[in-house]
Amino acid sequence: MNHDAHRPSPRLLPLGDAAWTVEFGTSIDPALHGRVMGLAEQLRHARTVSDCPALASIVDVVPTFRSLTVHYDPLHGSGEMLGRQLLELAENAGQAATSGRRWQLPVCFDSDLAPDLDALAASKGLSRETIIERLTSTTFHVYMIGFMPGFPYMGGLPDELNTPRLASPRKAVPARSLAIAGEMCAVYPWESPGGWHLLGRTPISLFDAVDRDNPALLASGDEVRWLAVDRDTYRAQEAALASRTLARDSFLLAPEAAWTV
Amino acid sequence: MDGLIELIDGGLGNSIQDPGRRGYRHIGVAVSGTLDRPLAACANLLAGNHPDAASLEMRGIGPTLKVQHGPVRIAIAGQTRATLIRANGNTQPLAAWCSTTLDASDVVKIGAIADGVAYLAVSGGIRVAPELGSRATYQRAAIGGINGRAVQTGDTLPCSQPTQRDLREWRAEPLRHDDGPIRVIPGPQDEHFSTIAWFDFLNSAFVATPEMDRMGMRLSGPKLSHITPEAADIVSDGVTPGAIQVPANGQPIILLADCQTVGGYPKIATVITADLPRLAHWQPGQEIRFAAVDLTQAGQLLAAQMQQLAAWQNGLQAFLPPGSLDESALYNLNLVSGMVRAEP
Repeated sequence: MNHDAHRPSPRLLPLGDAAWTVEFGTSIDPALHGRVMGLAEQLRHARTVSDCPALASIVDVVPTFRSLTVHYDPLHGSGEMLGRQLLELAENAGQAATSGRRWQLPVCFDSDLAPDLDALAASKGLSRETIIERLTSTTFHVYMIGFMPGFPYMGGLPDELNTPRLASPRKAVPARSLAIAGEMCAVYPWESPGGWHLLGRTPISLFDAVDRDNPALLASGDEVRWLAVDRDTYRAQEAALASRTLARDSFLLAPEAAWTV
Repeated sequence: MDGLIELIDGGLGNSIQDPGRRGYRHIGVAVSGTLDRPLAACANLLAGNHPDAASLEMRGIGPTLKVQHGPVRIAIAGQTRATLIRANGNTQPLAAWCSTTLDASDVVKIGAIADGVAYLAVSGGIRVAPELGSRATYQRAAIGGINGRAVQTGDTLPCSQPTQRDLREWRAEPLRHDDGPIRVIPGPQDEHFSTIAWFDFLNSAFVATPEMDRMGMRLSGPKLSHITPEAADIVSDGVTPGAIQVPANGQPIILLADCQTVGGYPKIATVITADLPRLAHWQPGQEIRFAAVDLTQAGQLLAAQMQQLAAWQNGLQAFLPPGSLDESALYNLNLVSGMVRAEP
């Protein structure tokens, strides 16, 4: 069993009679998230090797910053039994053994696509170029997908870019906007209301229901680097992606490949 | 054979739903689906369908529909008034909790939904293309249903014709939901609330506000205080329909079918599966009370609800609609035995 000061015991919290949340901690922390993904991995393995009805009753497994929520069908399995198994797996789960995928995603920083870039630069006393340099030299970690389908909460934003949300949220953020708030970075999959600072736009759709196997581009545990592209490249990629002559997977890096700077 | 229904008036607040979309919550896709699954099952069973077939969930003003290709069988479960206008102009009231077979050019006008939600089932279920494994409409991401939105005037609902031209229709007593407090399981963040807040939560009446939709309903009542101001925010974790979030203002929000998959407010308790269907019927201004149960009790209540639905299904009664010819009865009657003397 893994019990020490740095590894508090996971807690099993009831989320009604059809879900359990296994909580590893209360903060945003890559090590904590590694344990969340470690449990997700263990659970995936346990489900494939076991014919236990409690595990078979699982319908959704949702990793968040600090916990794993496991939704089950209460008509087809014992909640108590599932809870016991989850806690046992959680106590034995380490950091995720397999790392997430690595993406190098294009983003265009032209002013009309980045309405808050100049204001952020001014408020931080940095140049536009410095902000872009900071954003494109950071490896972002996808903690979870939520808020709306495909919306990635990505951590790792450099402290000097940490900024509170806009005082008055926009009624309509354009789809595919790269945005930051607090210590997070994200991309809005659709036009929607939103209060994050808009610093650029990517040509890639973050959610595509037609791609039934992988409707969301990013998954919890993935890593993302932004690659600045000029307007012509942005337009060409946007058109090629829309006509499906360019696959979203082409922005994946091989596991051993180096990030292009 | 195919049937086709045109909505010559889409009404208001009506969407195609089924039991919802599972297996996609880890990428932020809500479950969606019927707010009152047993009630939708009743409509489907009356129409001769599988209980989980896609039906039209009606939450405001019912639609007016016209049969383009028939016959089709329809059934309504819930509280509403409807009128049937036959192609020949004959007009009659159309009862809920009873199936009706419609022919081409027949029109049905469905009125306001009296208590929150009602379902219209059509033979074979509504056969729009499933998206991510479900026909449920999820408007926030424009997934499912018809272009991911509520139905509107001019939409058509593909369905099937009844498999045999069975003249019998089916009717049943309305399905009754339990009354009394809404039952909840404490947590996952009940420890973020003061003892007084927990006492108030279980011992006070809350009132449903007009702010309610398929994502959730806001309540007003005694302020449920967090143990500290910081305890009013958490680093987001998983949520589910029935979770009762309490933001810093102390006023609870009950999440419903279209709720997002993660949230940043502490959840004092979560409504049990068996009581989720009841929430769909709450009206603004109506009082709501809560009672805590444990996982075992929740399981018993859910099993009891399934038994109640099975008993309801056993109580389905066949009948012949007025004016129809009962061919089997005709064949069994000896119509010629009295015809010995034919003179006037």
